[in-house]
Amino acid sequence: MLRGVTKRFVSGLEALGGVDLRVAHGEFLSLLGPSGCGKSTLLRIVAGLSEPTGGSCELHLGGQSGKAIPAGHIGFVFQDPTLMPWSTVRANVELPFRIAGRVRAAERDRVAAALHAVGLAGFEGAYPHQLSGGMRMRVSIARALVTGPELLLLDEPFAALDEITRLALNDDLLRLWELHRPTILFVTHSVFESVYLSTRIAIMAPRPGRIVADLPVSLAQPRERAVRTAPSYALMCERVSAALGAAMSEAPV
Amino acid sequence: MMTGNAGQRAARLLAPLAIGIVFLAAWEAVVRVEGIPSYILPAPSAVAQSLWVDGPSLFGSLLVTLRITLAALAAAAFFGGAIALLFSRSRILELSLFPYAVILQVTPIVAIAPLIIIWVREPFLALLVCAWIVAFFPIVSNTTVGLNSADRNLLMLFRLYGASRGQTLIYLRLPTALPYFLAGLRISGGLALIGAVVAEFVAGTGGAETGLAFRILEAGYRLAIPRMFAALFMLSLTGIVIYLVLDLLSRLLLRRWHESALNEEEE
Repeated sequence: MLRGVTKRFVSGLEALGGVDLRVAHGEFLSLLGPSGCGKSTLLRIVAGLSEPTGGSCELHLGGQSGKAIPAGHIGFVFQDPTLMPWSTVRANVELPFRIAGRVRAAERDRVAAALHAVGLAGFEGAYPHQLSGGMRMRVSIARALVTGPELLLLDEPFAALDEITRLALNDDLLRLWELHRPTILFVTHSVFESVYLSTRIAIMAPRPGRIVADLPVSLAQPRERAVRTAPSYALMCERVSAALGAAMSEAPV
Repeated sequence: MMTGNAGQRAARLLAPLAIGIVFLAAWEAVVRVEGIPSYILPAPSAVAQSLWVDGPSLFGSLLVTLRITLAALAAAAFFGGAIALLFSRSRILELSLFPYAVILQVTPIVAIAPLIIIWVREPFLALLVCAWIVAFFPIVSNTTVGLNSADRNLLMLFRLYGASRGQTLIYLRLPTALPYFLAGLRISGGLALIGAVVAEFVAGTGGAETGLAFRILEAGYRLAIPRMFAALFMLSLTGIVIYLVLDLLSRLLLRRWHESALNEEEE
């Protein structure tokens, strides 16, 4: 998927120094690393929102590849909910369809289904300021899912939420992934979150950003809360922590 | 909670009212006790009487000034918004024209009003242009900032879903700019009135119709100071009404989502 991708900013900062990464369809891959290691930059390149300075990023989605991939095959969730405050929850989730220029009964049904899937049925008419932080993030996830994307990119989506909300949204995201099986690229700097959620973890190191370890997570599926207290989970977290520690000591923060 | 709110609302209304009454009473008392002649400082009662007697004719003049003010404000809103839109579409245009908008803004209107009145033959139009020059800048500068303030991530999201420039403008930039535009409009409302009055002062008797500013001037010449105060009072009241109407408009348009217009209880 990604071949020797490099990214150098105009300022001369080398954000990514040769990233090779192949992601299989239906995989849940976490990009784990300290801040400043180019995780978000990598995500933006995959989304096509940023051009790599070197190397190539090839996507195969919806039977198409490269620039031919139609809009709506990629969903993106930011760290902030990134909602339009002047629009209702329904209008926010409807946005991808409105941009595509078709909002008919079928699309409205999909909006309702996406909101139902994230547990926000009944909040269609609410405005973002009336919702809690967790609910806003759910709206954001519903908007990313509404087009039925094959690739879902999440950029530290739960970093700003409190622990309780975060755990609940972790479970919801897993449930949605098991239901629709999109390929997920999940950027995080939480070891515990990455182990709990993903099938594979790519650990990144900074300056320049690169992948230093690639670990499969072989915990039982489907994951449930009990996993969090299982010895195998603790063991995996320890391994990932050690790998992350090695990556960080290599290039002191 | 409810009583606290109601109490606060009452205080917001009653406190300034009480200050006003005390001030007027003291004014009346000083004028009476000291025996100050009305051509130097008229007592509030004399102003009120003049307001009663000359009210109808002053009101006619007020309508003349108000017509100029509102036309100038409408033109400022329209052209200010349009220029801001143009600026947001083209950075080059903004860079090359914005300094001139600033120059127009900082040049005292009193200084250029005589020129405009000479150049523009139609008196109403000349006054309109003067008031417009004063009023349009806050709208241009505020709306330009607003149009460029769209959330970076939302912009990226629009790109991801393949939105055209027009769609990004309508669904994202315009709604983002609306509160900025309305804030500019509220400032411009008062400025348009000031601009109209200044222009009328400069135009003096040259104007065909007599606006309120000219009546103030005229009353001054005739030492009809109570009438001058009455006209001044009407002018201030008009400014306050314009502000309140624009404030209400802003609240109505933003009440569903913007911080400035949200009820605190709802939070």
